[in-house]
Amino acid sequence: MKERILDVRGLNVGYGLGDDAVRAVRDVDLTLHKGEVLGLAGESGSGKSTLAYGMTRLLPPPGVVTGGEVLYHLEDGSSVDLLRLPDADLRRLRWSEIAIVFQGAINSLNPVQRISTQLVDVLKAHSPRTPHRLRQDRARELLTLVGIATDRLHSYPHQLSGGMRQRVMIAMALALQPRVVIMDEPTTALDVVVQRQILRTLVDLRERLGFSVVFITHDLSLLVEFSDRIAIMYAGRVVEEAQSADLYRTPLHPYSDGLLRSFPALKGPRRDLAGIPGSPPDLRTMPTGCAFHPRCPRALDVCDSQTPALGQSRQNRSVACWLHPVAVP
Amino acid sequence: MSYLLKRLGFYLLTVWAAVTINFFVPRMIPGDPVQALITKQRGQMTSEAVRSLYVLFGLDKDESLASQYFSYLGQLLRGDLGMSFTFFPSPVADVIGDGLPWTVGLVGITTVIGFFLGTAAGAVVGWRRGTWADSLIPVTTFVSSIPYFWLGLVAIALLTGPGSFFPASGAYEIGLVPNWDWQFIGSTVQHGLLPAFTILVSSVSGWILSMRNMMVTVSSDDYVTVAHAKGLPERRVMLAYAARNALLPNVSGFALALGFIVGGTLLVEIVFSYPGLGLQLFQAVGAKDYPLLQGIFLIITLSVLLANLLADVAYLALDPRTRREA
Ligand SMILES: Nc1ncnc2c1ncn2[C@@H]1O[C@H](COP(=O)(O)OP(=O)(O)O)[C@@H](O)[C@H]1O
Ligand code: SF4
Ligand SMILES: [Mg+2]
Repeated sequence: MKERILDVRGLNVGYGLGDDAVRAVRDVDLTLHKGEVLGLAGESGSGKSTLAYGMTRLLPPPGVVTGGEVLYHLEDGSSVDLLRLPDADLRRLRWSEIAIVFQGAINSLNPVQRISTQLVDVLKAHSPRTPHRLRQDRARELLTLVGIATDRLHSYPHQLSGGMRQRVMIAMALALQPRVVIMDEPTTALDVVVQRQILRTLVDLRERLGFSVVFITHDLSLLVEFSDRIAIMYAGRVVEEAQSADLYRTPLHPYSDGLLRSFPALKGPRRDLAGIPGSPPDLRTMPTGCAFHPRCPRALDVCDSQTPALGQSRQNRSVACWLHPVAVP
Repeated sequence: MSYLLKRLGFYLLTVWAAVTINFFVPRMIPGDPVQALITKQRGQMTSEAVRSLYVLFGLDKDESLASQYFSYLGQLLRGDLGMSFTFFPSPVADVIGDGLPWTVGLVGITTVIGFFLGTAAGAVVGWRRGTWADSLIPVTTFVSSIPYFWLGLVAIALLTGPGSFFPASGAYEIGLVPNWDWQFIGSTVQHGLLPAFTILVSSVSGWILSMRNMMVTVSSDDYVTVAHAKGLPERRVMLAYAARNALLPNVSGFALALGFIVGGTLLVEIVFSYPGLGLQLFQAVGAKDYPLLQGIFLIITLSVLLANLLADVAYLALDPRTRREA
């Protein structure tokens, strides 16, 4: 078994409090291993970003984490719960251990500061005693790493293209050599060619530097190609988790199956683009039983009354669906 | 740079238009204002003065309109705005020269202080949204909705009167001669405190509210979340990321307020009988002192344009996105 680096257990995240609260993430369990790329897929609105923000305590109001723990395993073997860490400790751990590349690179950079300032301030915050010249050198080195000419160092964000800005964000994420990089739809706003170039760069870097990645996207075909393991989210829950190749070959959950058919595969035989009929449920008025049952082409009688739990159905595979009885609920 | 030149060209064009309108308006006044003035002065006017009034009012039938227009422009360039009726025979330029320092000193300084105080407070209150700081909002909203006139009158009613430290009117003690000695400066400060305080109270709350709202908006922008995720010290996230960006929309509001100092000072100066441009404007309207009115309007136009130019420069300095590479 590979070494674990991040364990999410029973995470619940909502927006608002009381009766009007929206439960956007429900009882999510997720494990990230060392050196692995874990893909997180699901339609837009399924709670992927909420999960990413929730587990790093970056959730903007009215978002609140209502339960669970996020265990981070440090290099020395000890573990901390990110949700209960004192602010000062959390700040020290941020970016140096866990860096994040957010959805919408266009707005991730401060429009009124130069790229150099924004690369250097994170170095300065975490190692205040490094001489200025060394920090500048490191900033230049980081840009080279993601394939940006160093003369761009003193540009302002608006002077760079969308693809370059996203590369800058990746460079910034790697500045402190974190062990975990969370990427939330890092390339969604970009065109397909740029998207693939950036992902290539990322995969190369991961092999050289050995960090783990949580890669979030609504585009499952990207994950099939670039990730080791995939978790599928629907209406705030993880409904299936498997090795990429297994999931691609034999999706167990009808929703995973539908998602795979929603995008043209980049490699391998073409699949027919059926997609999934209907749209995701309103989180305030969730269907009873399996949340997917109103859209499920293979729904059984039990599906609209009882919620299936996520469990191991066979070796290395978890699924939450009545079609696949689980050994360990 | 070319952007700034373009703006400058635009402002010059506006100045020219304002000046030209100023030239034509008195020529459209029905009747003979000069005759009216002579009557009012009961004939104590030299024929020289009467003649210059006719020239000023464009009633000089010997000259063509075009040559009148050019001699008018020439006069303006020399700073000659004609003679004031009410302060006859003082030139308008001198009258304005007497009033302007008081207005700029009182309203100008308080406007600047109000902006910086309010913006700083708004940044803090906006940053601490969702905490006790939110309870300040109803108070500031209430204060900013009080009409200035009323606030000034209440201040006078409550804080001035026999034996009070605060004088109810004027800019300095009657009998003192304006100069740079301590007695005069002290008296000026004493007279200025109450009007300054009322201006501050009514302007600060507006700045607090607008800066707070911008802070709240900006705080949920992606780059602020990134700054948190980077583990930067909270102060840096608040100042260099949130407040620095939240400030930008307020810059134009500030420029507008600066441009409005001269024109918007009317109420303050009426309430406190403060001898600035506003009070002069008030008196000029009452006395139908057209030359003085025109002169003041010209100053107002110029100050608004100057403030706009300042805003352009400030934007260039503060927001790199407005700088276009040549
Ligand atoms: N600020 C908010 N207030 C209320 N509900 C929200 C808010 N942000 C997101 N949600 C809800 O949470 C759900 C999950 O959103 P999100 O995590 O952004 O999904 P994803 O990243 O998978 O597209 C959505 O259905 C959305 O309606
Ligand atoms: S539990 Fe039932 S409704 Fe839900 S996915 Fe499986 S078969 Fe479809
Ligand atoms: Mg999202």
